[in-house]
Amino acid sequence: MAKNDVKVLGAWPSPYVMRPRIALNIKSVNYEFLEETFGSKSELLLQSNLVHKKIPVLIHGDKPICESMIIVEYIDEVWTSGPSILPSDPYDRAIQRFWAAYVDEKWFAAMKGLRSAQGEERKAFLDQVIEGLALLEEAFGKCSKGKAFFGRDRIGLLDIAFGSFLAWLKVTEKVNGVKLLDEAKTPGLVKWAERFCADAAVKSVMPETEKLLEFSKFLAAKMKGAPPPKN
Amino acid sequence: MANEVVLLDFWPSMFGMRVRIALAEKGIKYEYKEEDLKNKSPLLLEMNPINKKIPVLIHNGKPVCESLIIVQYIDEVWNDKSPLLPSEPYQRAQARFWADFVDKKVYGASRKVWSTTGEEEEAGKKEFFEILKTLEVELGDKPYFGGETFGYVDLSFITFYSWFHAYEVLGNINIEAECPKIIAWAKRCLQKESVAKTLPDQKKVYEFVAQMRKRFVSE
Repeated sequence: MAKNDVKVLGAWPSPYVMRPRIALNIKSVNYEFLEETFGSKSELLLQSNLVHKKIPVLIHGDKPICESMIIVEYIDEVWTSGPSILPSDPYDRAIQRFWAAYVDEKWFAAMKGLRSAQGEERKAFLDQVIEGLALLEEAFGKCSKGKAFFGRDRIGLLDIAFGSFLAWLKVTEKVNGVKLLDEAKTPGLVKWAERFCADAAVKSVMPETEKLLEFSKFLAAKMKGAPPPKN
Repeated sequence: MANEVVLLDFWPSMFGMRVRIALAEKGIKYEYKEEDLKNKSPLLLEMNPINKKIPVLIHNGKPVCESLIIVQYIDEVWNDKSPLLPSEPYQRAQARFWADFVDKKVYGASRKVWSTTGEEEEAGKKEFFEILKTLEVELGDKPYFGGETFGYVDLSFITFYSWFHAYEVLGNINIEAECPKIIAWAKRCLQKESVAKTLPDQKKVYEFVAQMRKRFVSE
């Protein structure tokens, strides 16, 4: 398939953008990555995602598909010759989808809260994040059944959904001076995170922690209204 | 193994109604258990310890949570009749997108209409109509969001119709005047037995919502 038949509109720091890229890598699909400029939205983005005007957008031929997890399921359904991203059993699929939704709606919401909160509020968000990780550790045990990933032998839907947040998790650990993934409390997740980040489908799209940390400082300064630090 | 299906639900929940419609579409026999949300049953807390919310589908003892996840599960297990999602991947992605849009936008905006007053309520009403108009554009001239037949997006949104009367009275709005296509679509959906038998009486819902409103607004 021609490379420019598949395009991903996105930006390198976004965990949501990582998701379709990992999925396409798993399927060995060549694609063109169109990087959006921070602070402005291209015409192509605005036309492809009229409703939300957000990245990522997958453009397959001339058809846009929006919302990261919907894109991942689409990729799994279209490119069937590659390894499966969702399990075949309907109950297992429901469990993977449930936890992916939990990560997006509950856990990452607490992570975002932690990044911007002060004082007492910060402690409350930190507790929520750590509580969430304990739940995910338990879920990992149940889903992996002793294997490497939530998807068992291979990276699956939930690995992609949760793993895409690992770079931001590492940045949050540095900025807050806390350990979120802990060998003592979440040993399963610690090892899983190493395996996930080292996987061939993930390595090329996972931002380096230092680079993301710099970007995070840039973002924080921008939000406060101060001029961004010089690179 | 016998197919044992139990649904933990709460009669006015538009999320629970989605599951009831899906089960009716597929002709699945199930046991309905009404939850008192002020006094949640041990079974609910055991089956959904993370969110502690209804609906929960319990299939042969195993729980499935989150209404749209449950609907997709039902569609995948009972795949011999009445498909709810389209079979073509791009159309499936579109169906998922619009059901997700309904989930992310309609409930939040509609809640402002019935549970707030003053400026917040006015802002909520404006947002609510913007969202409904976006859905009207997506519906276009099709009889259903799914095209010629009732499908996943129709199912995810029609359940809110049972609350429209409550929104209209409590928010002092006229939905048919602003979004006539949505009302025409809703009435078309109501001609389906699975929908007509599932959606509760609008007046009963209004009484329920009016009671709830008292917790937020003193009038």
